[in-house]
Amino acid sequence: MSATPSSTRAGSAASSTSDGSAATAGGAPAVVEVRQATAVVGGRAIWSSVDATVGPGEFVAVLGPNGVGKSTLLKAILGLVPLASGSVRLLGRPPGDANHEIGYLPQRRSFDASLRVRGVDVVRLGLDGDRWGIPLPGRRSRAAAARVAELVDLVGAGAYAHRPIGQLSGGEQQRLLIAQALARRPRLLLLDEPLDSLDLPNQAGVAALISGIARAEDVAVMIVAHDVNPILPYLDRVIYLGRGGAASGTPQQVITSGTLTRLYGTPVEVLSTSDGRLVVVGTPEAPAVHSDRHGTH
Amino acid sequence: MTGVFTWNLVADVQEMWSLAFMVNAYRAGTVVAVLAALVGWFMVLRGQSFAGHTLAVVGFPGAAAAVWLGLGAALGYYAFCLAAAVVIAVLPAAGGRGYREESAVTGTVQAFALAAGTVFVALYHGFLGGTNALLFGTFLGITARQVAILAAVAVVVLAALAAIGRPLLFASIDVDVARANGVPVRALAVGFLLLLGATAAEVSQITGALLVFALLVLPPATAQLVTVRPVASLALSLALGLATVWVALFVAYYSPYPIGFWLTTIGFGGYALTFAGTRVRSRLGFRAPVTA
Repeated sequence: MSATPSSTRAGSAASSTSDGSAATAGGAPAVVEVRQATAVVGGRAIWSSVDATVGPGEFVAVLGPNGVGKSTLLKAILGLVPLASGSVRLLGRPPGDANHEIGYLPQRRSFDASLRVRGVDVVRLGLDGDRWGIPLPGRRSRAAAARVAELVDLVGAGAYAHRPIGQLSGGEQQRLLIAQALARRPRLLLLDEPLDSLDLPNQAGVAALISGIARAEDVAVMIVAHDVNPILPYLDRVIYLGRGGAASGTPQQVITSGTLTRLYGTPVEVLSTSDGRLVVVGTPEAPAVHSDRHGTH
Repeated sequence: MTGVFTWNLVADVQEMWSLAFMVNAYRAGTVVAVLAALVGWFMVLRGQSFAGHTLAVVGFPGAAAAVWLGLGAALGYYAFCLAAAVVIAVLPAAGGRGYREESAVTGTVQAFALAAGTVFVALYHGFLGGTNALLFGTFLGITARQVAILAAVAVVVLAALAAIGRPLLFASIDVDVARANGVPVRALAVGFLLLLGATAAEVSQITGALLVFALLVLPPATAQLVTVRPVASLALSLALGLATVWVALFVAYYSPYPIGFWLTTIGFGGYALTFAGTRVRSRLGFRAPVTA
């Protein structure tokens, strides 16, 4: 357990400056800018000294072992979890101030099977669910209904969007939730394990859908993933969270034996299969994370 | 009741409504049915039926204590139900995700409330006939003033519900995304519990503390079985609630059995028939036309 913040931070700073990311190269302001951030949840520092940048239209994966705080990074960007130190800027503003320009898909839990609400209603709530009062018939209501229909088409959910959402399959629910996240034409999608609990064909399908929409609508994407392979073809950059810090850069730069060995603090080997998929071996993942949890606090 | 039933329904209704207390009963029942159908719809959707029942049960010692102190049952219902709503709202981890976590605590409160109620009944000697009314409902002796208070509280509760309706729906279905979109999830949970407390206090005055579900759960649950469209479902819940109360009052007037029995039986009968109907329909391979 020799991973210290300083050693990993040196790596992350080096890789994020050396990769010449699109965010800074084009001069456009970054969508997300995390600087020297440390998050403390329940008295435990879950990650520290993290630097991360997402440029406009970029497709970025957040990777790392279980329990390292990938979801917490998204919540910190949304302002739902306060930072112990460091800063987060979202579209140039403090976290929480620009959430109406963000589409968020939390780690899912599927809907209760007895929930008697249609898919279209769930999508509609993403559009105007935060507004007070009851929706009255009128021009605004018709425009909202039209936007919902457009979103349902966009994710290809027309066949089942009018059925109770609790009765749909995981992949169908996930497509509708992506439509919900896109409802307000966000400039950034924060997706927390959207491929989790989907079977392999559905993982590939949803990954392709997200990437296609992101490109067509010019939306930046930050996607938390347990397995990088379904999204690997679409990735611009990855942010790899380790115990003490983070490394960011292109997948080729970050997902290497050297970088991951440093992040995990234990020997790790990255193998590449003939079709380009990556296999990470030698990480004593779950036991190491658990013993680390108990050891630090 | 005292009425003599003939098969001339129009004459029967006229005879019933010639009595001022029956007119008041219909007015009070209508107010309570509307309120329960709409607030109950959100309660069922949020999975807070247990909390709703607890709030109503807490109304029993409240009403008994108020009668004992000579303050009138209605005041006791409102005071205790609203206070209980505040207590449930501030329980740790309450709000947001329904009541699965606190069910043991809530159940404990419920048992204690019933026990406390029996003590107040015992303290107030000669109250035994009233205990049945407090627990199982009555439609006798409702005054015009009581109807006015029921209506005024119902208007306030429904106005508040209309104001928070859409974000409340969002927070009920999808609490994480609602919070990220700026919906004040915690405040809405507390606010809804207060509305539910006021509703339980109103409904208890007609159905009794133990049978509030006849109006608070059965019409909304039946409506949600029939249709998944929110507006249609709310409207159907309202229609079922009104039908339940109107028919139950009519039958109770011409029968020797208490109003609570008829309210619950009609509501339950409707639910059971609907449930069987949807099962048969899905077995036969039809899809509900409203969902198509």
